[in-house]
Amino acid sequence: MLSDPSRRAIVEALAEEPRAVVDLAAELPISRPAVSQHLKVLKEAGLVAEQPAGTRRVYRLNPVAVEALRDQLDAFWARALANFGEHAHDAKGNQP
Amino acid sequence: MTSTTPEVLRTVTVPLPVEQAFRVFTEQFDLIKPREHNLMPVPVARTLMEVRPGGRILDEAADGTQCVWGEVIAVEPPELLRFAWLIGPDWQVQPRENASEVEVRFAPEGDGTLVSLRHFRLDQHGPGAGSMPAALGGDNGWPLYLARFAELAGVTAGA
Repeated sequence: MLSDPSRRAIVEALAEEPRAVVDLAAELPISRPAVSQHLKVLKEAGLVAEQPAGTRRVYRLNPVAVEALRDQLDAFWARALANFGEHAHDAKGNQP
Repeated sequence: MTSTTPEVLRTVTVPLPVEQAFRVFTEQFDLIKPREHNLMPVPVARTLMEVRPGGRILDEAADGTQCVWGEVIAVEPPELLRFAWLIGPDWQVQPRENASEVEVRFAPEGDGTLVSLRHFRLDQHGPGAGSMPAALGGDNGWPLYLARFAELAGVTAGA
């Protein structure tokens, strides 16, 4: 998916800020139809999302990465607080 | 464009007075942090939290190697602990400006203490949430991040 240098360049540009096809085509050495084609592939893979902005369509990176990070941290803290609960019970049991 | 940035909210009630709950959490964080999560290639011997503003939170291996992955921001015993979380989505340490934050509050509840943990500013770690020019070409920068991103997105797309 990202082994294609054009798609990689598009993802990196969208990582900076959401952009329309014309913006991407203007900035990158990629023709407008090719940009559209790459965006279609990236969209199908769930990597980018599009939204209308006036008469244009703006593409942005899917926030899935932040969601995935959240899930990881949620699992981490769930385990940490469970440890804390157990440890607190032990600490309580050891009180005179 | 407005969007809600996801955050983690977790609570636990422990059968200790607030003062003691705060002390156990901060002084024995070593026993609380899930041991399997760390950034070092060698087994972690202990986790250390320097409980003062600016203090470091670090994992230490048996051979003395250290990995600093947090920075204490605020300590208000027995009610509040806040620290910066420097570990990015790829479990690599990121610069301070890309850190998220963890806030832990301790409040009396019956005979015990309600501990509320909030991990927020998660988008600080993500793409577009701060430029990281130095990391752009590095092995631990964009290439790794984007590979992981693609992996995650692929899983989602396939779901």
